Amino acid sequence: MDKPELKDFTKPESIRDYPVGPSFYGGHLVSVNSGWRTFRPVVALDTCTGCFRCYLVCPDGVIAKTEAGKVAVDYDFCKGCGVCAHECPFSAIDMVKEDISE
Amino acid sequence: MSSNRITVKNMTDKEYFLGHKACAGCGGSLAVRLALKVFGDRTFAALPAGCMSAVGFIYPQMAFLNNAIISTFPGTGSMLSGMRAGLDALGVKDAHVVGFAGDGGTADIGLQALSGAIDRREKIIYICYDNEAYMNTGVQKSGLTPYGARTTTSPAGNNLPGSVMQKKNLFEIVAAHDIAYAATASVGYPQDYLNKLSKAAAVEGTSYIHIYATCPTGWGTPTETSVSLAKEAVDSGLWYLAEYEDGAFTLNRKPKEFFPVKEHLLKQGRFKHLKDSDIKVIEEARDKKWKRMLEKWN
Repeated sequence: MDKPELKDFTKPESIRDYPVGPSFYGGHLVSVNSGWRTFRPVVALDTCTGCFRCYLVCPDGVIAKTEAGKVAVDYDFCKGCGVCAHECPFSAIDMVKEDISE
Repeated sequence: MSSNRITVKNMTDKEYFLGHKACAGCGGSLAVRLALKVFGDRTFAALPAGCMSAVGFIYPQMAFLNNAIISTFPGTGSMLSGMRAGLDALGVKDAHVVGFAGDGGTADIGLQALSGAIDRREKIIYICYDNEAYMNTGVQKSGLTPYGARTTTSPAGNNLPGSVMQKKNLFEIVAAHDIAYAATASVGYPQDYLNKLSKAAAVEGTSYIHIYATCPTGWGTPTETSVSLAKEAVDSGLWYLAEYEDGAFTLNRKPKEFFPVKEHLLKQGRFKHLKDSDIKVIEEARDKKWKRMLEKWN
């Protein structure tokens, strides 16, 4: 997937450190969304046919096409909504409960 | 449809709306994501107050990869005009100017500026992601909230079934300006939406796309059903896929048989309270609308 890299955020100390506009340059990401998740989508690669339906309907754009013609989930930004698993025509995606003991 | 249409197989792998803080399963963010994937790098976006500006621009985070700015709530249309004028002044010809506004920011608060922009025949693309209430501020009724929907300002009880107004017919209001291109879409039919985005990008003049976007938080629906519910809304006749071009309306999808309205509505928390008599009102309004559309539209 072609995505911006996470950047470190240092809290501005004076007004001069703040950006001119209300935000940073495009694609300036400093935090992930993985902590939102209760269930994580796990792709069964032998069942996945590479139809990319999940890629198309992912509201967060966290599903990437792999070179093998399958899909891979970016767990940094996946919120675990489950749309991919619900929409998969081949039931190749399972929603597995996150282990919070880690 | 020509062979160069954008599909899931050939669309760019670049994600232009990543890392945003929208609720899980947000239909509006899917609408923005797919639109930016079709329009590409050379896109300048304006977003008024609403969910997508609230979740995209959280300092110090910037979820948009392309150039995007927050406009005033009522001024999306005029801001888009200004952005196009700026691009013209700089001699930039290969860029898209696009606005993403919610249903409140389009049908109620931003309607005047939108009307003005269409009237000026600006070369802009206006996308209304319609989640049928002011979701960002906590689910207040908007002009596009359908009959029977419970919101915080149209509570359901013994005397009222939730919203007592029917959904404002915004698509035809926009078309009445004799706009260059207008369409309705649904996140439940993504390929249809992609086709319409490509058309809107190619049109000389103003284009408007009204996309039905589910909201699990405001509608009280499971997050995973966001796409299937939006498809069901079209299949049940409560939403429709249509286009307006060259002065003529075209219905893109004519269901032979409607999906049962009651079954569709009762899946949503905002409609859980509906009595059979309320559902009858909704069905009658739907049938009246479809009778007119099937008679007059292609």
